[in-house]
Amino acid sequence: MSIRHGLLALLEQGPRYGSQLRTEFESRTGATWPLNVGQVYTTLSRLERDGMVVPGGDDDAGHPLYAITDAGREELRQWFERPVDRTSPPRDELAIKLAMAVGAPGVDIQAVIQAQRHATLKAMQDYTRLKAQALIAVESGGDLQDNARGRDDMAWLLVLEQLIFQTEAEARWLDHSESRLVRLSATAKRGATPPPAEPAPRTAESAPARASRRR
Amino acid sequence: MSDQSRQPVLQLEQLTRVHGSGATEVHALRGVNLSVFPGELVAVMGPSGSGKSTLLTIAGGLDNPTSGKVVVEGTDITQVTRKELAALRRRSIGYVFQDYNLIPALTAAENVALPRELDGTSARKARVSALAALEEMGLSHLADRFPDEMSGGQQQRVAIARALVGDRRLVLADEPTGALDSETGESVLALLRSRCDAGAAGILVTHEPRFAAWADRVVFLRDGSVVDETIRTDAESLLAGSGTGTGGQAGAK
Repeated sequence: MSIRHGLLALLEQGPRYGSQLRTEFESRTGATWPLNVGQVYTTLSRLERDGMVVPGGDDDAGHPLYAITDAGREELRQWFERPVDRTSPPRDELAIKLAMAVGAPGVDIQAVIQAQRHATLKAMQDYTRLKAQALIAVESGGDLQDNARGRDDMAWLLVLEQLIFQTEAEARWLDHSESRLVRLSATAKRGATPPPAEPAPRTAESAPARASRRR
Repeated sequence: MSDQSRQPVLQLEQLTRVHGSGATEVHALRGVNLSVFPGELVAVMGPSGSGKSTLLTIAGGLDNPTSGKVVVEGTDITQVTRKELAALRRRSIGYVFQDYNLIPALTAAENVALPRELDGTSARKARVSALAALEEMGLSHLADRFPDEMSGGQQQRVAIARALVGDRRLVLADEPTGALDSETGESVLALLRSRCDAGAAGILVTHEPRFAAWADRVVFLRDGSVVDETIRTDAESLLAGSGTGTGGQAGAK
């Protein structure tokens, strides 16, 4: 997650001080990725070192302000234009867990899948309830351009929906994996192969395809 | 939730359905128990062949269980005459299908009025309650349109109005979003949700997790049995970080 570019985007709307940036970052993203003030100041000092922000005096209450520079604006513009990097996807604990569960002795992989599906659907229900509230807020809000509240509501809705689509993808992948496993074990039974307690059966389908995994 | 004291709108008890006999016997449902209370939307999920459609058709009185009870608003519909069942279906049970099933020659208002008219209500009174149902769901502007003058999402919303016209409180929805794009499907779900919030009881059969997530409970069917069930928590618990802990039993394994 790019705190750096998030802060630049907020600073483009005018000079701000550290804890103000933190508050605005969180109200945009609904505190989904909480920031601490320390992270904000560390990032600001790196941005300053790189010439993307400069100290911008103090506000009336004496808070030291930061302002974006032309270099910072250019960096921000490029960030919006550039697709997010997908070359090194973050480690996914669930994918690793299922990969390890395949053929693991004493592990009921369908039970692993169902336990996860339960938790995933539960999270989706919670997100969806929050989303229903966010939708009401957005629909009662006004113009996005000059209405900070409406902009925050819309941004929060987008983030919530991203969480919903992500959990949905996980649920679909679980369904898919389960039906694949069921089908393969049915095929194996019909072929009168030994009981499925054997370690890592049916490797022809799955493991070699993953051989090119990066380490 | 204070549901315990209230009567369920729908109660399925030890529901079993066997198709065929002998060597070709197929157990579509194996002792399913499920209650749906007023104000509740329950999603039923499961792979194809898990029994979810069978469950819905039996709950709606369109098919008979091999054994078990189907209690709708206090009446076991497996124990009534054919005529009584037809009356119960007109008065108490609304069905929503994937392909809307509105009657093409009738306007939206006439479609919604139809169940009441069939039940012997005068045409004028039936129209009044149809218009009221449409208005309550924000669909008044569609009243005089024919199905082919409406989008899929609009037709499905009218179908929900028809399912819940008059005193009907039970809506059974079979893949209602199946023919709709993502955002339209969602608006249909939002309407279903708001009708349940207003006191209806609903069962939603779907294979789309994103739509199931609008429900209060998600029931997982496998090979005709309920294998798992999510339990509702408060909307705020995610943000506040304080779970409600309404008892953690998660269905029989």
